[in-house]
Amino acid sequence: MALTENRKENGEKNGKKNGAETAAGPSRGGAVRWRTRPDPAARSRGGQRFLLLGLVLAGAYSLFPVYWLIIAATKDRVGLYQSNGLWFSDFHLWENLQQVFTYEDGIFLRWTANSFLYAGVGSLGGTLIALATGYGLARFDFPGRGVVFAAVVGSFLIPIALLTLPLYLMFSKIGLVDTPWAMLIPCLINPFSVYLAKVYTEATIPFELLEAARIDGAGELRIFFSIVLRMMTTGGATVFLLAFVNTWNAFFLPLTVLRGQENWTLNLGLYNWTGKRSESGIDLTSLVLTGALLSIIPMAIMMVAMRRYWRTGVTMGALK
Amino acid sequence: MIRSLRWKGAAFTVPFQLGFVFLYLLPIGYAIHQSLFLQKQSGLGLGGATTEFVGLENYQQGLTDSAFMTSILRVVLFACVQIPFMLLVSLVLALFLDAVTSKVAGRFRIMLLVPYMIPGVVAAIVWINLYSPEVGPLTPLGELFGFDWNFFDPSMVWPAIGNLLTWHGIGYNMVIIYSALQGVPRELFEAARLDGASELRIALSIKVPFVRGALVLTALLSIIQMLQIFNEPALFRNVTPETISDSFTPIMIIYNQAFNAANYHYAAALSVLLALMLGVASFLFYRLTSREAD
Repeated sequence: MALTENRKENGEKNGKKNGAETAAGPSRGGAVRWRTRPDPAARSRGGQRFLLLGLVLAGAYSLFPVYWLIIAATKDRVGLYQSNGLWFSDFHLWENLQQVFTYEDGIFLRWTANSFLYAGVGSLGGTLIALATGYGLARFDFPGRGVVFAAVVGSFLIPIALLTLPLYLMFSKIGLVDTPWAMLIPCLINPFSVYLAKVYTEATIPFELLEAARIDGAGELRIFFSIVLRMMTTGGATVFLLAFVNTWNAFFLPLTVLRGQENWTLNLGLYNWTGKRSESGIDLTSLVLTGALLSIIPMAIMMVAMRRYWRTGVTMGALK
Repeated sequence: MIRSLRWKGAAFTVPFQLGFVFLYLLPIGYAIHQSLFLQKQSGLGLGGATTEFVGLENYQQGLTDSAFMTSILRVVLFACVQIPFMLLVSLVLALFLDAVTSKVAGRFRIMLLVPYMIPGVVAAIVWINLYSPEVGPLTPLGELFGFDWNFFDPSMVWPAIGNLLTWHGIGYNMVIIYSALQGVPRELFEAARLDGASELRIALSIKVPFVRGALVLTALLSIIQMLQIFNEPALFRNVTPETISDSFTPIMIIYNQAFNAANYHYAAALSVLLALMLGVASFLFYRLTSREAD
């Protein structure tokens, strides 16, 4: 929390120096903007070259596996095993894609749709619940507020196995195992989203505004839906995005609560394919690799589209 | 605050509270309850199974289960190597980014964050294939430089997983440390420079102490994740079952006890034990590092 304040101050200082984009800070749309503060005196030419070299090496390390994956997805089996791994050989991307989408009656498409369903609907519901809770915690003083907040923060420490196994047993008793609900329901309650929503509310929604709305006779629900939610668009988008990524990447929960492959997520399907290739006669390597590349694409699109917001989310998340 | 208003505010948190009870408190209570029982075969196993209350017997068994304890030790030892290494690299990169022009920093920040946005399962799939002697480019590359390495060899499995985790985690940790660095008042550097301090000295004596909080936080998060590591070894096991046993990490044991051995009671006891250890580890780490700061 201290960091947010720090950053706020920096924003103001920066503004005095650079004039322009100042007051933007945390007040506009709720996002604490990323601000790079150059330190010009630190720059000697030799030193800069050394820093650049280090960064280029780290960048190459980060990007190399993705580069290789893109190349590998364009190769057929022969090319994958025999050609130079670092460069293209015959271009077979379209055949690979066709194979991925037709293998076992197009089960891959089903998994993609499932992943979108769980991540999309689950995160949307989860975000709405989190925004309401964050708003309640940040702007009302009710008995038990401290307990709720303590539960939110404390739950960050609970290991997934401790929750997932009993959840599986409970879900199997009420017949939810192996249905989409087994994935969707746990997504609705996300303490980390609540934490973020509380932080965003504190930065975005002034008490005075609520007072004014109340004096004008607006009901609490109306205030929440037509004022608070609208002002929290940016914060809400970040919460949604992070929840979406989390659900899209989830593995242990779907592995535990989803049995039949028609309800699986992309991750679960790909995991299953990696197991198959060493068991039976079929070689699924190029299928797995092309599928892996495909499953990154939605993440890449979301990350690029919402670059500004999610970066904020990641760093805000670090402030607990 | 007006009384009725208080309750209206509390009402906003009701859906979450209900869900929290159902999805967090109830399962934990259920796990603890389950951990106190054991399925026992009556007679010669012909009379069917009965569930008996056994008290803390499951816990006793867990604490003396050499496979479980070995898996915890394995993960802890690994954490002691991988986490400091990953955080050191993240810290150095954050310091580098802090010292270059903002345009350059922006570009590299995105590049270094690319691995973070890749799902863990996909990241593991990609690296497993990079390591693979048949498909991956790393084996021929090693031969070129005279290394005869096999990443699926038992001695190489931890370095292989360590590299995967490091690759995946650097960006996220770097961003957190970097954002803390951005909060250091620039005036401090000016003052230090006037006193004749070198850039390296400034980095070590001003910047690093200033981001201690961020380092503690990233370390704590990494420890929590490491004790629960499951995805990466599970995927490695898919490809090299002879190298990675099904009791390689604590969560793998718990999963196997629950779903392959159908021994939920024991699995529940083990997950409660793991949660307790996680709590103790986080607490100790936090105490140790915050005492140092004084």
